[in-house]
Parts: sequence; structure tokens; C-alpha cells
Amino acid sequence: MELSRIVITGVGLTAPNGNSLSEFRANLLNGVAGISRTEIRYMGEVLAGICDFDPLRYQKKKEVRVGTRAGSISIYCAREAVLDSGIDFEAVSKDRVGIYIGTTEHGNVETENEIHNISQFDYDTKFWSHHHNPRTVANNPAGETSLNLKVTGPSYAIGAACAAGNLGLIHALQMLRLGEVDLAIAGGVSESIHTFGIFAGFKSQGALAEHEDPNKASRPFDVERNGIVVSEGGALYTLERLEDALARRAKIYGEITGYHVNSDATDYVLPNPERQTQCMRAALKKAEMAPNEIHIVNTHATATPLGDIQECTAIREVFADCPDTYVNNTKGFIGHAMGAAGALELAGNLPSFADKIVHPSINVDQLDPKCEMPNLVLSRSIEAKRVDAILNNSFGMLGINSALIVRRFSD
Amino acid sequence: MTKDECKQVVLDIIAEIAPDEELSDVKPEVALREQLDLDSMDFLDIVMELRKKHGIEVPEGEYGNLVSLDSCAEYLTPKFNALV
Repeated sequence: MELSRIVITGVGLTAPNGNSLSEFRANLLNGVAGISRTEIRYMGEVLAGICDFDPLRYQKKKEVRVGTRAGSISIYCAREAVLDSGIDFEAVSKDRVGIYIGTTEHGNVETENEIHNISQFDYDTKFWSHHHNPRTVANNPAGETSLNLKVTGPSYAIGAACAAGNLGLIHALQMLRLGEVDLAIAGGVSESIHTFGIFAGFKSQGALAEHEDPNKASRPFDVERNGIVVSEGGALYTLERLEDALARRAKIYGEITGYHVNSDATDYVLPNPERQTQCMRAALKKAEMAPNEIHIVNTHATATPLGDIQECTAIREVFADCPDTYVNNTKGFIGHAMGAAGALELAGNLPSFADKIVHPSINVDQLDPKCEMPNLVLSRSIEAKRVDAILNNSFGMLGINSALIVRRFSD
Repeated sequence: MTKDECKQVVLDIIAEIAPDEELSDVKPEVALREQLDLDSMDFLDIVMELRKKHGIEVPEGEYGNLVSLDSCAEYLTPKFNALV
């Protein structure tokens, strides 16, 4: 079966260190991280990646009040992506647009808020908000985006733990290939920093990062890494079939040529390098590429002691003898943006097709010997001979693995 | 509490739940939904805020009394005055 070629034509994002692709990329190349201290209910002071985009650019005040943070992030990213794509959105048939948004979790923020709210009223549930259910349904971020953009095609969320950003893109690609939609708005978002539960959960797990300097707290591969910095953020893309993009002379960021998703089936939280290896190899097979044709591997590594080692083991296995393959990581800059992570981290590398520069992994003062990999880019950007393909890893709890391959576009 | 004071209480609530609306020219005798962008969820917000902020209960069967500022004042003022 001849499969349609699917290309990326627009990018909209908000990260703790940038509210546009150009700002985000500049900060990645200049070593500018975006982690800060914030107060959170029950936890006190925590480290977090906080976004400062203006929700009122695309929403009314009432929409912000009634909706969720994930909804606002999604709307901002979707609008920015559509704008960036240059598509005449007014003229697009809205029933042929799909919105596919990856989320690690949704609903915890509002549930925690409501429990706190009724605690002020002796836990009398008649004070529980009538907004609770529309705010907490799993499709909320996509649904709010469909309302804002007046999209009447399919819009829903993809729950896939921290692999969700990649999964949003993969699902969009599949729906475009099936002919279900003509334009997809897809990627991942996270509002996780507004729930104390995720911080408390990681702390109980011994996986919440601590450091006196917030911008040095997220340190994948460093020997003194001590866990995750939780972040909010989002990255949504416009995806189209190649012929449609060419017909309207769209700017093309890259072509998604390979992907794979599999499951460890071994543990609730501990990753499995064998399955990660299989996932990357399956993505390469779908892309009909050899490992040495990948020029950037963006790691998922979250700075947990074991998780980073497991992924490095898998990458060493797949990318042995690949002298032109560079490896980097984005979480040192932005922390772990959960459902947004895969989509945001891909965005940070997409400009490399044009400038051939590979952004570094930062905060590695002393590389953990167990995380050594050939061509791991540390501290400073490097200029590669060529960047024709990126492999973007994103893994999540309950053992979900994803790998996405994007190629520089050429006819 | 006077009826005018009661109307101001309702307007203050609407200002919170519909922050994009211009409220300086709301006609008290005209239905709120005819002059403001309010939906059924917004009216539930008004009911909730009356409960939270003022301890006023509006039973579901009596929501119709909240249709305009005048009807709100007519219905709610005795309730406010019964609190004190």
C-alpha cells in the first residue's frame, strides 16, 4: 500500500524558556534554561518550569476562567501553529481538521482545586463547582481548542504518559494517511505543575530533583543527577499530506518518515532498554533508514539515576558505529514537560535541518560513566557536517515507548 | 439591604464571572441574557457565588427569578434581609 507522505508545516509552542520556536531555539543554543522556584499547595517551595505566554492573546478572560491551564496552553500552541503554517484557516473546511493532543494526565489539577475549595466549606459538596466535569474530562485540552478554533472534525486527547507528545504526532500522521482529516493540529501539552500530586508522587518515589540553583537542577547524564524537574508547556504542529502542502507552497519543516510505539510489559515505572532498543529499530525500519543515517538522537532522559542509564544502554546498542550521529537532551533547559516533552524536544531540534547546529545537553559537570555515548553533545552546541534526520525518543510510565523520525524534506 | 444595593451585589458577581462584559449600561428591566454574553453555566456561577459569598440559597425551581437585575432584586433582597 502506498502511504501518503506527511509533513510538518507549522509549529506553535510554549516552553519554560521560550514562547515561540525562534525564542526557544535561541535559548537552547545559548545555554539559557528556564527553571524557577514556586510555591505549591501542601508542598511549599518546589522547582518547576513555568511558562509565561499570554493566554489572552487568543482567549477571552471568561474562557480562561472557565477553562483549564492545559486548555489555554493548547489554544495558544494551536493558534501559533496555524499562524506559522501560513494556511488560510478561514477557508479550511473545519470538519476536515483533526486535533490530537498528547497528555500525561489530565484532571488532577481541577480535582485538587475543588477538594481544596470544599475544604473551606467543611467539605460540603454543594460547593463543588459545576465546571468540574468539563474541566476534567480527558479530552478537555483538545475540546477547548476545538471550541476556540471552531474545528468540527475529530478532537481528542491521547493519554500516553510522558510519551504522549510523540503519540499525538504519530496519531495525526495515521489519521492523515487514512484520509480521516486533511489538516491535523497535533503534539502534546502539560499543566502538571499546577497539581501538588505529581510533585509529591515523585518526591515519595525519590525522583524529585533538588538543587540550590534552579537552572542546574535538571541534569540528565550528570553523575550527581537526582531526579525530575516538573514543567508545564506545550508544542503543537500542523501536519499535512505532502501534496496538500506543496499545492499551497507551504514552508515544510520536515517529513515524518518513521515512528514506532511499543510497551515494556515489565514494570510500572522502571524502563526496559531492550524494548527501547526494539522501539527505535522498528521506527528505523518503517523509515527504511539505517542508524547511521540519523544525525541527531534526542534522548528522553529525565535525570533519574536508573532511567538515564537504561536509555543510554539502548542508544549505544542501536547507534553503535555511527560516527555522524549526535546525541542530545533538552530537559536540562526546560525540565520534564511531561505530555509536552516529546513534542517540545522535537521542536528544539527541527531548526538543525537548516543551520546544522546541534544544541547541547547542559548541566553535565561530570558525566556519569554509565551514560557515556559517542557524540553526546555536552555544554556547547556543535556544528554537524549534515543534519538530514532526527530520531526523537519519548518514554513513559507503565512502560510505553515511542520513537519518531523526522527527515529534512526533499522531493 | 436596599434593592439597589442588591443589584450591585449581583453586578459584582457578574463582573467576576463574565470579566469581558461592559456592565456600566446594564438595563435593570431587560433580561441579562439579552444584553450580556451569559450562558446557563454562568447562571449556575451566579447561584454558586450567592451561596459561597453570601450564604444565599436559590433552589433550582426558582432560577427563573434571576432573569434580570430587577427580578434579582425583587427575589433576593428579602433573602439578604432575612440573613441579618
